[in-house]
Amino acid sequence: MKADERILSKIVEILHQHVSKKTAIRAETNLEADLSVDSLKSMEILAAVEDAFDISIPINVLSDIETVEDLALEIEGLLKEQQ
Amino acid sequence: MGLFNKFQKTRESIETLRHYSNSFFRIVIDEVISGTEAVINGRPTILAGTNNYLGMPQRKECIEAACQAIMEQGTGTTGSRMANGTYSIHVELEQAMSRFLHKKHTIVFTTGYSANLSVLSTVVGPKDIVILDADCHASIYDGCRLGGVQVYRFRHNDMADLGKRIERLSKGGANILIAVEGLYSMLGDRAPLREIVRLKTRYGAYLLVDEAHSLGVLGEKGRGLAEEAGVEDDVDFVIGTFSKSLGSVGGYCSSNHKELELLRFTSRPYVFTASSSPANIAAARKAIEIIEREPELRRRLWENANQLFNRLQEMSFVLGPAPSPIIPVRFQEIPQAFEAWNGLLENGVYVNIVLPPASPDGTALLRCSLSASHSPDQVEKIAKAFKKIKHLA
Repeated sequence: MKADERILSKIVEILHQHVSKKTAIRAETNLEADLSVDSLKSMEILAAVEDAFDISIPINVLSDIETVEDLALEIEGLLKEQQ
Repeated sequence: MGLFNKFQKTRESIETLRHYSNSFFRIVIDEVISGTEAVINGRPTILAGTNNYLGMPQRKECIEAACQAIMEQGTGTTGSRMANGTYSIHVELEQAMSRFLHKKHTIVFTTGYSANLSVLSTVVGPKDIVILDADCHASIYDGCRLGGVQVYRFRHNDMADLGKRIERLSKGGANILIAVEGLYSMLGDRAPLREIVRLKTRYGAYLLVDEAHSLGVLGEKGRGLAEEAGVEDDVDFVIGTFSKSLGSVGGYCSSNHKELELLRFTSRPYVFTASSSPANIAAARKAIEIIEREPELRRRLWENANQLFNRLQEMSFVLGPAPSPIIPVRFQEIPQAFEAWNGLLENGVYVNIVLPPASPDGTALLRCSLSASHSPDQVEKIAKAFKKIKHLA
């Protein structure tokens, strides 16, 4: 399943504010292995994502999110639930 | 893939830590000299990282109560509270805790960890929501995970962040429980409980406060942060442990909700664990009596905390936000923190070293905890040992 391009590009924009500017970020980029997102950084990123999309992401789903696309799909699902 | 391949990263981390300090893995208390001094690696060492806030493990009355309980009732109960593991002393301690905390109901658990596990895995479920402070203890996270409740974090002590989240989440109509701690175990700072109560009331949420580090430490009568903040009636569930200021082992939850009693039938960590040993229960019961009648213990604890905080502040260490019996000394780099920790140990002072991700904001901490039993001279020795490692901070 492919993630919505608009959601993806917004996430990439947010990630660029929190990780090394030099790193190229794509849908398949692994948050931990490629971007070194640790638990502390993940909290900052999630808070920014939640504000950007006006949603709340439960921490229960975090263990299933490995890539940028996983995060985008999760957000897509939460936005659909809200509608 | 072998079964143990998943531990490769752990192995590497341990090797890295070993490179910084071999002592880190060899901290064994060879001999207890007093509540504030022990022999470590063959050397008398001042203990400044033990959570022994009031000196209860060494109090003669507590030791005698524990010994008497063993002599009369044995070393263990060999059963769950649900089966043969509820003795009259368990019930009496529950009644004593209810009286002390001004709550109608109390359940005593085998550990503080299992108190959080029991309550949070049962009181809330998959259709409910928990909003917790990001710096909450692992037992709060684990309790939520066991019960399958939806969990949302807010930034540590950030009321704007909590307000934003509770407003957003309250629109869905689910029950919301806010979980915070009285005194946070790493930074030693208090939850802004009055503001949290204001939000709880506004959005019709429930509130759980873990007073593990604040029981006996905060409040005029030692009932914790809720007493100090004047909001005891607004706290739905007070959780705590007997293993810190009470110097025993065990945990409790007190509440005015009569449904708390139903946890005795529905909480798996309560039903499927052996109950606390008679010695632990008797020691905790005696310690509560002492806390009630000796407010001077709290005064001495705070004098020691203020003395060390002020001395370290004079030396320009970067500390926690305010004086507290828990004083974190911050280090930006892990190697320097280890060198400082080793230096303190060589100078006869033991403190806790806390590394990311266990430390709250990515820095390494040397965590001091004070006791009412520390003498002013010992506090000064701790300060002098820190002075010797100041160049590393």
